[in-house]
Amino acid sequence: MIQVIVNGQPQALAPGLTVLGLLEARGLVGKRLAVERNGDIVPKARHAEVQLAEGDRVEIVVAVGGG
Amino acid sequence: MHRRKLHPIIENNTGFHTMNDPLVIAGKTYGSRLLVGTGKYKDFAETRGAIDASGAEIVTVAIRRTNIGQNPDEPNLLDVLPPDRFTILPNTAGCYTADDAVRTLRLARELLSTEARRHDLCKLEVLGDPSNLFPNMPETLKAAEILVKDGFDVMVYCADDPIQARMLEDIGCAAVMPLASLIGSGMGILNPWNLRLIIDNAKVPVLVDAGVGTASDAAIAMELGCDGVLMNTAIAGAGQPVLMASAMKKAVEAGREAFLAGRMPRKFYSADPSSPTQGLIGS
Repeated sequence: MIQVIVNGQPQALAPGLTVLGLLEARGLVGKRLAVERNGDIVPKARHAEVQLAEGDRVEIVVAVGGG
Repeated sequence: MHRRKLHPIIENNTGFHTMNDPLVIAGKTYGSRLLVGTGKYKDFAETRGAIDASGAEIVTVAIRRTNIGQNPDEPNLLDVLPPDRFTILPNTAGCYTADDAVRTLRLARELLSTEARRHDLCKLEVLGDPSNLFPNMPETLKAAEILVKDGFDVMVYCADDPIQARMLEDIGCAAVMPLASLIGSGMGILNPWNLRLIIDNAKVPVLVDAGVGTASDAAIAMELGCDGVLMNTAIAGAGQPVLMASAMKKAVEAGREAFLAGRMPRKFYSADPSSPTQGLIGS
């Protein structure tokens, strides 16, 4: 397993897991969201190919109510 | 004397219609000059009800982490406010550094862009102090510079300082949005003099962002010559948000029309009767 920080929480994930795989595992596929990995945007078109690595910091965000 | 920006509709004789007086931001035309936030409502039904009553076309949203593993089926704000119907204005509320604000808006662009169209419109706010939510202007200027270079259309929350508002305009911001009073305070238009200096200097739209408490505040902002007003708590925090949203719509329209009409000159200590002074009976 690899350690990845997802939205600030340490997570043990399978080696080779892609961004899409992570979203699938969390029931987030098809939602309006955006993903950042180590400070860089992972475009939607690349979710299926970008693999997570040990120590990655991932942010998954949505739009919420705000001013 | 205030240098009023002449508007083309004043010069034609077809009569005034609000529909002929659009707000143009970053090349896009809007019929409503009221922009509203989507925070602090009790549920999405109330959010949508208030926004519909406000007539707003541009609505702000915040960008936050998903609750990993928690109820993935809960409704999404963008299902309630479809981006094909509303112009979504993602904000950087809660950011205290230029870096965090830029990262947040890059995520927002990724979130809101479609294959057909990149979403560049954003609201930049970099805060300086959690107790008063005043903008950190050096960080705001730094973030604005990065975002404009990166192709964003930046509407920027700023201090009511005409010099820094000009700096933001010179950087290339699409609109400057000075606070009228503290965010969420409802204290109203505290420094109309500074707002007017900013309005008179600006070539981009000037919107009051923050501080409006009730309808008269919105009308005052528009009478000063603001191009629009952005508010959230004044509507969401009202006793009846949907009714207040309707009031704000009218106040913004009324204030705009009064500005375009040009108010009568003030005559201090000098009354002037409206009725004829001749022909009174018994004279």
